Amino acid sequence: MREITYRQALNEALAEELERDPNVFLMGEEVAEYQGAYKVSHGLLQRFGPRRIIDTPISENGFAGLGVGAAMVGLRPIIEFMTFSFSLVAFDQVVNNAPNMFTMSGGQFNIPITFRGPNGPAHQLGATHSHATENFYASVPGLKVCTPATPRDAKGLLKTAVRDDNPVLVLEAELLYSSKGMVEPPDEELLIPLGKADVKREGGDVSIICYAQTVPLALKVASQLEEEDISAEVVDLRSIKPLDEKAIFDSVEKTHRVVIVEQDHPFCGVGAEVCYRIQKNIFDALDAPVLRVSQEDVPMPYNERLEKAVLPNADKIMAAVKKVCYA
Amino acid sequence: MQPGEQRDEVEMLSLMLLIRRFEERASQQYQAQKIGGFCHLYIGQEAVVAGAVAAVRDDDYIITAYRDHAHALARGTSANACIAELFGKETGCSRGLGGSMHFFDRKNHMYGGHAIVGAHVPLAVGMAFATKYRAEDRVTLCFFGDGAINQGAFHEALNLAALFKLPIVFICENNLFAMGTSVKRSTSLKQIVDRAEGYDIPGEIVDGMNFREVRDKIAEIVDSIRKEPHPAFLEVRTYRYRGHSMSDPASYRTKEELEKYRLDDPITRLRAQLTREGKLTNEQFDMLDKSAKETVLAAVKFAEKSPEPPLDKLYDYTYADGAIAAAVPPAGSDESAADTTATAGKRR
Repeated sequence: MREITYRQALNEALAEELERDPNVFLMGEEVAEYQGAYKVSHGLLQRFGPRRIIDTPISENGFAGLGVGAAMVGLRPIIEFMTFSFSLVAFDQVVNNAPNMFTMSGGQFNIPITFRGPNGPAHQLGATHSHATENFYASVPGLKVCTPATPRDAKGLLKTAVRDDNPVLVLEAELLYSSKGMVEPPDEELLIPLGKADVKREGGDVSIICYAQTVPLALKVASQLEEEDISAEVVDLRSIKPLDEKAIFDSVEKTHRVVIVEQDHPFCGVGAEVCYRIQKNIFDALDAPVLRVSQEDVPMPYNERLEKAVLPNADKIMAAVKKVCYA
Repeated sequence: MQPGEQRDEVEMLSLMLLIRRFEERASQQYQAQKIGGFCHLYIGQEAVVAGAVAAVRDDDYIITAYRDHAHALARGTSANACIAELFGKETGCSRGLGGSMHFFDRKNHMYGGHAIVGAHVPLAVGMAFATKYRAEDRVTLCFFGDGAINQGAFHEALNLAALFKLPIVFICENNLFAMGTSVKRSTSLKQIVDRAEGYDIPGEIVDGMNFREVRDKIAEIVDSIRKEPHPAFLEVRTYRYRGHSMSDPASYRTKEELEKYRLDDPITRLRAQLTREGKLTNEQFDMLDKSAKETVLAAVKFAEKSPEPPLDKLYDYTYADGAIAAAVPPAGSDESAADTTATAGKRR
């Protein structure tokens, strides 16, 4: 194991999959000559050449659709959105074409495509550039959605996504690109299955269920809670769809108390689905109502103080944990 | 078909007759409520797709919009599989899961059947991209209507195709109306082909009621693309005799206009050409027509007898790896077939 950044981990995943399979190519805005808007594709043009690392004009609908068409005839495209906020321009391709094709063709055309890029609010980018899209996309049958929070998960999930025979969205955490973590050496194949959550910290009193940018936040709160003698378990979903129900239920059956921390909006958010499944399946395991910490239900304000007020933070999580623990 | 080989024109006339009789029967079966949803007929436009398939190889890619029955038939999808699809049967070309607007036939290189106007044009560009990526000499034929040319996806796709020099023919089947809106009321240009110029793509206009003209023009374009990959644009001027869909009485146009085009019927025209040249007798024509009608009638019988897609396979066609990963039961509603496997196979 060695320590690398989330960005480097993604870069390694791309390079390894490009190396392994000649049908894989990377396409998007600024992925080649500019070396990636967030430098995730740094060095790939030099290594793999312009046939496989392809710059596009600013035409998200066009190049996302190009990817779907190429996947119909056997290629395995990796389509980078500069941010998933811009994927909304390609919503029709991601929602209507990629996931519907397999059904509509009666199973003749599966679409092995990876859509990837940063997702979720960053810092003072305003309403148009701060979308957390996981709940939109996870609601679409035929799509798979993962949200890595650590360099190791980022590498392992992206590599798995590229090999998956369905459209997979890898929603990277914009604020975590420079974060570091331990990852297996490059000569060791690292694949992390979709649909498997990961207990990032064990605990017995309360389950904090989180993903993506909320994972480091939850871990921070868990450490603080230790000082107050509350033992929090941090369950990182890693994949939103498929959802690892078993890992969620195992944790809740142990702690009997749940706080879900999500980076999307509360109405029809990821937490709503997780909460529904908990109460439906293990109602008797609960000792308190399930609480959620999410964004506030407003378009993201630019003002820094207001933005902070909109986002999940340690204080909000702490307060929710204390409520469910009646502490 | 091998390169340079000409398809037999009598065979292509027979295809046009099959398409027409198929669509007439589809119309009748729709009215008899055997077909659900939307149903868009191709009657009047037969020479376009027939001319196109006569000009390309069987392994060239074809993709179109929702008026797609003819494109599947032209590619060799059986009338049985097509009618069965309209009936929502498991023997349909998309297993009854696609319907009228989503005909697919991978074996015959028919890539759909796409119902969001303009949204398949980027897909076609992706198919052409794959061809060039693999250094194949295949050409992609992308059909769409005059309504598609005002969609953003269309413009983005044309730009990408030109930028990447992809082997694709954009074939605009200009039947003068996008649903009920005439081209004059939808498009700022005097002629649609001028859209291509904006992307530095060579464009031409061809008479879509004339099989030979369509075939020869597309053959010429495809020949040039195979020598050196590039996109091309063809505006094919045609006319649909029926409304936009089965629910459209087409009251936005005059009877006189319709009659004018009917007199220029593509089947009548090719028949006349062949008869004049001594390649077809009236008896032969009648035989072809009779055979087309019989084929379609037999297809209706086949579809009627075919089974519906089984309920217990509802989740089998959402993900290529079967039902969503075993760790996760699908998010079926609490009373759906997914949660109640005991009821699988029974009609609810």
